[in-house]
Amino acid sequence: MSEAAVTLTAVTFRYGSHVALHNLSLEVPTGSCFGLLGPNGSGKTTLMRLLATLLPPTHGHLRVCGFDTVREADAVRRCLGIVFQHPALDGDLTVEENLRLHGAFYGLRGPELTQRIEELLERLGLSDQKRTLVKRLSGGQQRRVDLARGLLHRPKLLLLDEPTTGLDPLARHGFWQLLHLLRQTVTLIVATHLLEEAERCDTVALLDAGRLVALGAPKALTSTLGDELLCLETPVPETLAQALQTHFGLEAHVIGNSVRVATPHAHALLPRLYESLGDRLQSATIRHPTLEDVFLAYTGHPLQATSPLPFAEAP
Amino acid sequence: MNTFMLSVRALWWRELVKFVRDRARLLGALAQPLVFWLLLGLGFHRSIQLTGPATPGSYLAYLLPGMMALTMLFTAIFSTMALIEERRSGLLQALLVAPVARTALVLGYGLGSATLAFFEALLLLGLLPFVNGAQLTPTGLIQVLAVSLLAGLAFALLGLVVAWRSVSTRGYHAIMNVVLLPLWALSGAVFPIEGAAPVLQLLMRLNPVTYIVSALRQGLFGSDAAGAVGSPAGCLFITGLLTLALLFSAVHTVRRPLSRSTF
Repeated sequence: MSEAAVTLTAVTFRYGSHVALHNLSLEVPTGSCFGLLGPNGSGKTTLMRLLATLLPPTHGHLRVCGFDTVREADAVRRCLGIVFQHPALDGDLTVEENLRLHGAFYGLRGPELTQRIEELLERLGLSDQKRTLVKRLSGGQQRRVDLARGLLHRPKLLLLDEPTTGLDPLARHGFWQLLHLLRQTVTLIVATHLLEEAERCDTVALLDAGRLVALGAPKALTSTLGDELLCLETPVPETLAQALQTHFGLEAHVIGNSVRVATPHAHALLPRLYESLGDRLQSATIRHPTLEDVFLAYTGHPLQATSPLPFAEAP
Repeated sequence: MNTFMLSVRALWWRELVKFVRDRARLLGALAQPLVFWLLLGLGFHRSIQLTGPATPGSYLAYLLPGMMALTMLFTAIFSTMALIEERRSGLLQALLVAPVARTALVLGYGLGSATLAFFEALLLLGLLPFVNGAQLTPTGLIQVLAVSLLAGLAFALLGLVVAWRSVSTRGYHAIMNVVLLPLWALSGAVFPIEGAAPVLQLLMRLNPVTYIVSALRQGLFGSDAAGAVGSPAGCLFITGLLTLALLFSAVHTVRRPLSRSTF
């Protein structure tokens, strides 16, 4: 268990002239839950593809379970389980048939395969659905079947690429409870653009435009911004930010109609603020900083686009 | 059995299970050529008079081998069309990251489709008593079944090559319609080569599907049947050669790294 589950050494990846990943180096310790947080197009999915041996890096090296993803792709594939953004299942086959098919891709057969399928379905609460066609299952159930598929060959490392896409909050919560149960047996890497998912990980890497902007435990990252964050709603965000700068010497970030100020003295500041700028404020909130605030502080722009861009779907 | 063979068998089996489960597809693959056959056959019943030695009893009989080929073509198109979506958001994603050569995918899809073609050919043979002039000998039967297997495989491999290079299902359809239907129409399926204009005759001789249809025709109606091109052995040989070439092409295609747009 001495070696890291994943090691990236100066990894760069280009699609033509577009640099999708820029000189990325990081380590994922064995047994941890590692989050990749970033907006659409930040390189999360590309990194997943490199780890999955689907693409070779343009420069640099990736080691997964101690094997090189280019020279020892087969060994990497054997130790790797992947849950994709869309379930890798055939809707016209039953749950069991899907898992049997997947077992064949890993050379599993006979009583051993049957036993593994029984065990996994039991563990994931799907035993009753064994003979149900996958297309007749709910989104949450399909995700669980897909998780069973990803775990069938007992991988050491499980990659999850936006694994809760299209799930309602309740199903998402259930899925994460399952992931927490898995933590004892498998290292997890989760790519997500959802704050609450990233905050459940031990370590988070914040990615923006293919660059690593911050890396650390969620708590450690947020505490760099102090304990308190002041959020102000206003119809004139730019003017307010300017005023904060000139009157109080504070650096403020504008997101849509809100202005955010990271300051350790938010409570003391608030009355003075209302005195001098009260006519421009609609509301003021003091809260703990989140990873989104960290992302904003490092990159200068928010994690989620405030107004949806046309054709903003990630490739 | 190793991982490769297990994967091929599992993918092959999936094709069969899905085909049987999907009633609409089962009906569609058989009904469409049947409707074509009856419409063209009965529609041109008196308009088209075939001449020459060993002419089958009617145009209906003449059309039968071509319809067998069309059935196989539709089956292959159905099987391989799913591949475009499955690669990006379905089962194939899992196969692409599994420790198994992608050639398993080629053989699994190909053999699955070839098996379906084989059984459809058997079913269509049930129409033989309804047309005049058929003289199905044991040798002829073996030839028809062998060609069905080979041609089923060839069409599936062709579909796979096109599907792998297609980004969308619409693009795939466009290419298949532009390429495959003319290939079929120029194969001697609907009119015999002897009566065609010289330009078409040349195109027909260059068209590999011509030899598939001809091999089926010779199996059903004897080696000197009207519309046959070359000897039965020659037709079988060209069919086999085509299948082999497409096999290499398909293996080469799936081995290439996936581009950004295709997954």
